[in-house]
Amino acid sequence: MSLNSVGRPTRPVSDTPGAGFASLSGGRGLLQDEALIFERSSWTGTGVDLPEPEAGSEDLGGLVRAEPLRLPGLSEPETVRHYVRLSQKNHAIDLALYPLGSCTMKHNPRLNEKLARLPGFADLHPLAPVSAVQGALALMDLLAHWLKTLTGMPAVALSPKAGAHGELCGLLAIRAAHAAHGQTRRRLVLTPTSAHGTNPATAAFVGYEVMEIGQTADGRVDLEDLAAKLTDEVAAIMVTNPNTCGLFERDILEISRLTHAAGAYFYCDGANFNAIVGRVRPGDLGVDAMHINLHKTFSTPHGGGGPGSGPVVLSEALAPFAPTPWVVHDGEGFRLVEETEAEASQAFGRMTAFHGQMGMFVRAYAYMLSHGADGLRQAAEDAVLNANYIKARLSGVMSAAFPDGPCMHEALFDDRWLEGTGVTTLDFAKAMIDEGFHPMTMYFPLVVHGAMLIEPTESESLAELDRFCDALLGLAGAALSGDMDRFTSAPHLAPLRRLDETLAARKPRLTWRPAEPGVAPAPLAAE
Amino acid sequence: MRFTKDHEWVALDGDVATVGITAYAAEQLGDVVYVETPEPGRALKAGEGMAVVESVKAASDVYAPLSGEVVEANGDLSGAPETVNAEPEAGGWFARVRIADRAEYDALMDRAAYDAFLETL
Repeated sequence: MSLNSVGRPTRPVSDTPGAGFASLSGGRGLLQDEALIFERSSWTGTGVDLPEPEAGSEDLGGLVRAEPLRLPGLSEPETVRHYVRLSQKNHAIDLALYPLGSCTMKHNPRLNEKLARLPGFADLHPLAPVSAVQGALALMDLLAHWLKTLTGMPAVALSPKAGAHGELCGLLAIRAAHAAHGQTRRRLVLTPTSAHGTNPATAAFVGYEVMEIGQTADGRVDLEDLAAKLTDEVAAIMVTNPNTCGLFERDILEISRLTHAAGAYFYCDGANFNAIVGRVRPGDLGVDAMHINLHKTFSTPHGGGGPGSGPVVLSEALAPFAPTPWVVHDGEGFRLVEETEAEASQAFGRMTAFHGQMGMFVRAYAYMLSHGADGLRQAAEDAVLNANYIKARLSGVMSAAFPDGPCMHEALFDDRWLEGTGVTTLDFAKAMIDEGFHPMTMYFPLVVHGAMLIEPTESESLAELDRFCDALLGLAGAALSGDMDRFTSAPHLAPLRRLDETLAARKPRLTWRPAEPGVAPAPLAAE
Repeated sequence: MRFTKDHEWVALDGDVATVGITAYAAEQLGDVVYVETPEPGRALKAGEGMAVVESVKAASDVYAPLSGEVVEANGDLSGAPETVNAEPEAGGWFARVRIADRAEYDALMDRAAYDAFLETL
């Protein structure tokens, strides 16, 4: 055989590429360093040639701008490069398993993206006449049908733009229902200690006082505490199921019975619906209102051509108070019910100027159709299976917060196993960056000390799960054997090293001003 | 000095109680980055939220260990929240409260009882 001795070598010359090497320019190879867009440009120039305005300035009287606008003057390729370079600094679901899970991002199937870009959906104007958008309205109607069927609830408001916006929608419906029934003394909303921070924030925003419900040793709602606090002053409870500890609230039927017996409504935070879709219908659990984060359960991005989407399903009791608009079908086709009509007389108002986020509706509906009812169920089951695989593989070394029984779609560990090592949850998370993984959710839920919450989602293969577990077990071994430098000064291989979060929070610098011509810019270092 | 199970401390001088969070709480919270103290003149009921302390890890309510009226808040904390970490049981005090009922103070844990309580956590 003839060996090619002059071609390019197939192995790097050193086993540790880049170690101790510094480029002449201070650059990082093809991974470019990148300044702020304002620092990259001149203030006098513009990247686009525009003709001088010929007339009109006299109409402005003395209001003609005398100073330059001081916007960055970049050309199109400079602008594109700026954002692509920034994106290279970002970690993404398209690069590796992302243990923050669906809260932040799970895989967005490309089919959804293709369909959302169909001009018949993508190019619609919200003020287009109803006769010209019958297809879009039909899609909204079908999406509503799927959401109602999957949740076992009779009504849905599609317009909320995010999970927290959906919470607001649900609580406004609850407040409207209490007002309609003369229940004005109900001023309290109960939330568990482990609730998402948005739950008490939403309740307070709507004007309710928040009271916490305690938690049992196995991470569930404390029924006795709930029963004691369910007075006739309680407007609603807000419970996440599966909860933020990744556990199914096994007393959910009793929770809903107690709530209704006290005359309150049951708001379910549907953030974790992705763990039970196709297996459990919240309507069967006695839920009165629940938001569905389309990005979590139905794989949309958080935004895209606008914000995200957090539809809210409503029970029979709350349906009359649903916000407008909604889609109906009559003899002449689809139309939107707006607030002036009699059939919407009890609607509490509206959440958005228009009908909601069409781009997310298309993606979510594409996901539903491409999976089918059985496929959605399998996605939920795979999400739970993957989380339990991680829990089982890591539990030998790391301490599971609730070791008894399986978890749902999230595996929760605490920091008991790090006791005495000097390594904190934060250090461990930073060291994960050096291993090529984004850190998991840290220090949440608050009820677990040094929490590490891992959600792999349904779309990871066994090989990728193993790669992740191997990396974490390797790190855990290093922590337990006293390899402190690996942790306390991590990350070592990120574009920036450990940032001073405390200083950033205590003395935040929220503005940046360009230097005057001839004056050096203010240093970014803190005082 | 007396203590609560929610990790507040109280030092009584006449009928004015100085209130703060314990060294244990400050250590558990990590670096404190923001403190919201109650307005002087506010009437407090024992057990209700009287202040908010935010660290790099989490935001937490501080509960009023005693009923009474706020007579002074520690204004220095807004510019220097790190005092809570540096001197939690001295310069890092949150508020002074004119107490309504001395019995509430007597019912709180003393240092030995609080230390024993921490052992159980």
